[in-house]
Amino acid sequence: MVKDQEFLKSKASYCLDLAKKMGATDASVKVGHSISETVNFRNKSLEASDRSDGLALSIETYLGKRRSSISSSNLLDENIKTLIEKCFETTKITPEDEFNSLPDKNLLAKQISSLNLYDETRFENDKKIKYLKDLEEVASSDNQIINTESSFTENKSNFILANSDGFCDGYKTSSFTTSCVTVAKDENSMERDYEFSSKRHLSDIKQASDLGNKAAKQTIRKLSPNKIGSEKINIIFDKRISKGMLSVFASAISASAIARGTSFLKNKIDQQVFANSINVIDKPDIIKGMGSQNFDTEGVNSNTLQLIENGILKNYLVDTYNGKKLNLLSNGRSGGTTNLYFENGKLSYEDLLKKNSKSLYITETIGHGSNLVTGDYSVGATGFLVEDGEFKYPVNEITIAGNFKDMFKNITLANDLELEYAVNSPTMMIEGMTVAGK
Amino acid sequence: MSNFFHKSDLTRQDADKIVSDTLNNCDDGELYLEESKSESILLDDNKIKSSSYSSDLGFGFRAISNEVIAYTYSNEISKDSLKNSSENLKSTLKSIKGTYNHEIPKSNKKFYEEINPIEQKTLNSKLEVLNKVNDFLRKKDGSVKQVTASFAGEQKSIEIIRSGGEALTDVRPLIRFNVSVMLEKNGRKETGVYGIGGRQSYDEYLKNDNWKNVCEEAFRIASINLESKPAPAGEMKVVLGPGWPAILIHEAIGHGLEGDFNRKKTSAFHNLMGEKVASEGVTIVDDGTIDNRRGSLTIDDEGTPTERTVLIENGILKNFMQDRHNARLMNTRSTGSGRRENYRHIVLPRMRNTMMLSGDQTQDEMIKSVDKGIFAVSFGGGQVDITSGKFVFNCTEAYEINNGKIGSPIKGATLIGDGPSILKEVSMVGNDMMLDPGIGTCGKAGQGVPVGVAQPSILINKMTVGGTKL
Repeated sequence: MVKDQEFLKSKASYCLDLAKKMGATDASVKVGHSISETVNFRNKSLEASDRSDGLALSIETYLGKRRSSISSSNLLDENIKTLIEKCFETTKITPEDEFNSLPDKNLLAKQISSLNLYDETRFENDKKIKYLKDLEEVASSDNQIINTESSFTENKSNFILANSDGFCDGYKTSSFTTSCVTVAKDENSMERDYEFSSKRHLSDIKQASDLGNKAAKQTIRKLSPNKIGSEKINIIFDKRISKGMLSVFASAISASAIARGTSFLKNKIDQQVFANSINVIDKPDIIKGMGSQNFDTEGVNSNTLQLIENGILKNYLVDTYNGKKLNLLSNGRSGGTTNLYFENGKLSYEDLLKKNSKSLYITETIGHGSNLVTGDYSVGATGFLVEDGEFKYPVNEITIAGNFKDMFKNITLANDLELEYAVNSPTMMIEGMTVAGK
Repeated sequence: MSNFFHKSDLTRQDADKIVSDTLNNCDDGELYLEESKSESILLDDNKIKSSSYSSDLGFGFRAISNEVIAYTYSNEISKDSLKNSSENLKSTLKSIKGTYNHEIPKSNKKFYEEINPIEQKTLNSKLEVLNKVNDFLRKKDGSVKQVTASFAGEQKSIEIIRSGGEALTDVRPLIRFNVSVMLEKNGRKETGVYGIGGRQSYDEYLKNDNWKNVCEEAFRIASINLESKPAPAGEMKVVLGPGWPAILIHEAIGHGLEGDFNRKKTSAFHNLMGEKVASEGVTIVDDGTIDNRRGSLTIDDEGTPTERTVLIENGILKNFMQDRHNARLMNTRSTGSGRRENYRHIVLPRMRNTMMLSGDQTQDEMIKSVDKGIFAVSFGGGQVDITSGKFVFNCTEAYEINNGKIGSPIKGATLIGDGPSILKEVSMVGNDMMLDPGIGTCGKAGQGVPVGVAQPSILINKMTVGGTKL
């Protein structure tokens, strides 16, 4: 069983008391416990089981404007004492930083409403095995599938965040995640693809057969790919790739990147950065949401933020330290976004495919080709050539490139948004990008 | 060396007994104990932004029978905790019986000293160097708008207890020093990053102002990028510089030669053993035995001494990299390549220092032979799709080549190629093999481990360059 609030609270207050006793002017502490159990399958038989049970403690001590931190997995009182001593000794010789402080007291979360983020259901390993058997049975039914690997992970976590201003709260969360990777082969090529499902509650997980079927179909359709020529082309990003654009956007508007001056979106508040049809929302209080939270990693209350309104940048993601630097109040985004999404566009998925006579539909990108300082983007890609709304043939060994500043202004969204994960997007089209191939 | 049994109700005798009990009817497995201490000190935006220290202690208990691996970990080293783990392993493997393989090779060689780099130098001396770095770069040129510099140090002690009571130990130091600088000129911003590191003390970088070389290199890269033009798009010849660009070898070839993907036949290389997979003159080794290198290990995380494994010899595929589990199932021996990020993770076959050896041509000859292409000197990260064999990496310093001459610097572009065929496109191998500066971390299945790479300059006949200029 995951440790209860009382145990975590007692450890947290032990740490805070000790730090105060040693002379720290302020302190904050996070204590967490997490248990996960994973079963791995390969080609319809058990391959591995993995159980992890981990405690984690992190403490920050302040001496005026001096601050340092330690973390440990060893929660024996004697070890905690040694570490806090070490932490405080380090704090004493760390230079002052005028922006170091605990969050403003009046911004701290006060009332915690239940977001239903914890499902206490135990899904025993035998049941995981049965689920994966069913999944792989379906995934391997086509004889072009030569390898299937799948896994099911159940996680239960609990934490307490406390600081010397009296904040002390935390809650349990759970997650159930299953994934399937299939390999297909024909005379010309070998290809891999995947499908997964990740939910707070067991009952919301996709059916095993649907997951296996989808993974296999997505893999088989990639067989015998072609390379295309280098040209300017309209690109359609499948939902699993388009949400990555939002992650890049979120990194570029973090207060830390803005304060350091290392973002292509610096000084863009109240300016047009997306096409004027685009709205971006970050909503922390979605029931059972994968990114939902009652407060951020500093205990600050977080409300829904409209980040982009009709294409215009309205908010940065602000934490206490960088907020003080920028003269902004924290908006509860230390730790980043919560449930982030583009609002739906107007076109149906089918109409988006048909909008141009020829486009490139991207289902996977590889490489780390996003430069947040300049906005330059260049990644390897896999996908399909689409002509007149029809998938013609698979394409690989190409790259796609552009600059986010231009790309964001050329986005057209479909109306097929589903709020499944912490970051969500409808299918997306960006006109006028460069593909490099033959 | 850590004593994992003091301050615990678990004695070594108890541990031996539980391990032997659990693994008796299994093919392999071990109890892996680990204690690590690490620090990181970061200067950013003119200030010491953070100084943090972390200590971690725990065990991972693994039992393997036939193809099934059962694994548990905990950070509580106690009799109860180990017994619980043992029960968990036994229940997974209840219906599968094996015969324990007691054989494990021995070696007395050590490739680094058992030091704790964190304690060897005071925090003040490290803070002082970071402040000097900041002052040095900001005074150097008015275009410097942001400086980030960091030290990271670690000492990891491990003990592996096998069935029958055999114990193997290692103490591994690791340091890293990194500088990133952002310049702004005429409204344009560019970054340059350079770092160094290895399994050694901080000494080399703290004495004789050696840190200045790291600053100069980061500044040089950023300055060049300020002048860069859009990169070309399309297939062309590519000259790779020596050293760090060998992450191409790591991504394109290395991962595909790891034992697990080949046992599962999901690697594009699985049926190519003994076949020609590279041009003549191309020899690639994976070497865990180079003194003080980031990817070196005295023993791997299963206790096997590391070695220099020849992967490709003169173009012919000779060996895969193996841990004990995949080696047993493929009827071969471990190459000392079994690694894990820490006690929370299972062992996988991984690279150590992956190197292409020197040939006899010069970089000049390569550049002169290219009509239209690019010269890539440094890279950011890379990635590979093992199954399709397609790999990418991102240039952080590159130039156009026109009519045999190096031209303008070009903006960061992704290069994409096909692993199984790329080495056949290598038409010249340089005489200038160089090791990377000691900064690589390889990710696989969510686990990061420190690695090294090396290569001479090489000429590749055909690769796709992912720029924006058609």
